[in-house]
Amino acid sequence: MDIHEYQAKEILSGLGVPVPRGGLAYSPEQAGYRARELGGDAWVVKAQVHSGGRGEAGGVKLCRSEDEVRNYAATLFGKQLVTRQTDANGKGVFRVWVEAATGIQQELYLGLVLDRKSERIMIVASAHGGMEIEELAVEDPESLRRMVIDPAVGLAEYEARELAFSLGLKGGQIAQMTAVLRACYRAYRDLDALMVEINPLVITDAGELVALDAKMSFDTNALYRRPEVAALRDPSQEDPREAMAADNGLAYVGLEGDIGCIINGAGLAMATMDMIKLAGGEPANFLDIGGGASPERVCQAFRTVLSDRNVRVILINIFAGINRCDWIAKGVVQAYRDLNLGVPVVVRLAGTNVEEGRAILRQSGLPLVAADTLEDAARAAVTARNQPVAA
Amino acid sequence: MAILIDETTKIVVQGISGRIGQFHSQEMIEAGSRVVAGVTPGKGGTTVLNRPVFDTVRQAVAATGAEASLLFVPPPFAADAIMEAADCGIRTAVCVTDGIPAQDMMRVKRFLRRYPKDRKMRLIGPNCAGIISPGKAFMGIMPPHIYTPGRIGIVGRSGTLGYEAASQMQALGIGVSTSVGIGGDPINGSSFRDILELFEADPETDAVMMIGEIGGPQEAEAAAFVRDHMTKPVVAYVAGLSAPKGRKMGHAGAIISAFGESAQEKVELLSAVGITVAPNPSVMGETMAAVLERQAAA
Repeated sequence: MDIHEYQAKEILSGLGVPVPRGGLAYSPEQAGYRARELGGDAWVVKAQVHSGGRGEAGGVKLCRSEDEVRNYAATLFGKQLVTRQTDANGKGVFRVWVEAATGIQQELYLGLVLDRKSERIMIVASAHGGMEIEELAVEDPESLRRMVIDPAVGLAEYEARELAFSLGLKGGQIAQMTAVLRACYRAYRDLDALMVEINPLVITDAGELVALDAKMSFDTNALYRRPEVAALRDPSQEDPREAMAADNGLAYVGLEGDIGCIINGAGLAMATMDMIKLAGGEPANFLDIGGGASPERVCQAFRTVLSDRNVRVILINIFAGINRCDWIAKGVVQAYRDLNLGVPVVVRLAGTNVEEGRAILRQSGLPLVAADTLEDAARAAVTARNQPVAA
Repeated sequence: MAILIDETTKIVVQGISGRIGQFHSQEMIEAGSRVVAGVTPGKGGTTVLNRPVFDTVRQAVAATGAEASLLFVPPPFAADAIMEAADCGIRTAVCVTDGIPAQDMMRVKRFLRRYPKDRKMRLIGPNCAGIISPGKAFMGIMPPHIYTPGRIGIVGRSGTLGYEAASQMQALGIGVSTSVGIGGDPINGSSFRDILELFEADPETDAVMMIGEIGGPQEAEAAAFVRDHMTKPVVAYVAGLSAPKGRKMGHAGAIISAFGESAQEKVELLSAVGITVAPNPSVMGETMAAVLERQAAA
């Protein structure tokens, strides 16, 4: 789960990371008021969306007057900001952050991520931060400092100090960097984060370290024990269908094609999508119904897939282990009864209670296309897509 | 014995009292697995499926000599239950639970390092289908009837894709020595490399089917192991060739990262060390059959 920049700054600032003074606005008028409140003669106005690359997408601007703040904010509100990290629809801007402008001497990069190789938290830092950090990571990976933290001990003071010196910091900056690192590590560990990133972390004209931007993303599996984090969720930044699916225990990702997929297991779902493409079709979505799916959850999966107007056929591919084909079949029958499907349905069932499941579908008399193998199912779906729908 | 478990392995089921735990324990017993006890804190003294239930793993091990544990424990308590098993002398644990917080697994992996190699528990999963040695025993959630006893090992992240491979091989008359689902989470107990090492040493396994997917460094690590240490043929498939870049696809693990973890790059890494990669998921069985035929002819 992602949060906004201003929320991440609030968390990190509470743990001792210096951030610029700023205020949140829900309207252009409020943005102007925030500028007056902050004082000074230069402000940075930043669109709050769950995405990086906002600056180059026109979502961040340095303003020199209160009018300029208000006018620029007016162009942001309600806009769909498209960045290199969003899809073509972009993310809606409903909140704007206004902060006092900071004079910059140098931009650094600091990130904490889950390193799947060491299976530990890894700190990544560079003396050259800013927008080109991804290019730098590819072109000059050696310039990135990496440090893996032992979960039993946590980040030791000396480790933080070593990292600070290796970035070329000096004097009082060493203690400041050590404090920033320890705060980020605590935020990561204590709030079950999966990513904490400060880019850029700047050295100001006065030689002080300040976090000019901040991003945090959290482990959804741990939200049950982090209510304060769960409260930061912003549904306006989520795809409504993906959010609805998640609330019903389904993992759903909308895609561009027209073959709706209902599958169990992420691996089989990806394999089925590979197969659909090979058969000449395009999947409309990724959907994993998860384990132990009840008939109701199957029905909900139909509802989710059909909420995509591009869907012209539904392909169900279930290889049941912890699932039960009889429950899946009951869900299919229920979906036919409760929903106005209007598209052909191809069903492939295998595994636990497969005979019971097939019997339920046979006895239902519903116009389903039955398939025995993964390949048959993908082919049948592509064929059915090209045929007129029987009412 | 195949690898990891056989019909003599004494199994305790942590979380046997729940609906899911009970259903699959029943299936395991019917398939010949030696389930000797259950553990559910607070339910000690009761019985489930005619097996005694204990409050702690320590009691269960003391009373029954259980050496393997299967966990159906809800996510908030699963990491703790894994550590309990490790501390009580369990040799092999399979954790089916999906949704364990990543930092809990970080702690589990660190905890397991407390023990010297000869006392260290082998963890399979979490978020996995488990282990089956067809005709002998299984511990997990797989449907046993899709596996024919035989001499091919299967190791895969995805449970359901492992079933797919087993049933394709069954249709071609190819049997399985042991199938292991290592799970789709970003931090898991045993890697492809760990299981490949067991298959290489197993006299009852002739070749291995390895099923990977996008995300994570474990296929690359496995490729290096195959190049340096494997004499047995390996067939692979990598799911997610059509996955759009940079999007999360359900498994927390299946995230394409910046550095060489896409399905296409994995296919290249695996092919480069002599692994035969099935071009699509419906020909995993056929690809294995072709490799076995080539080997028999040589």
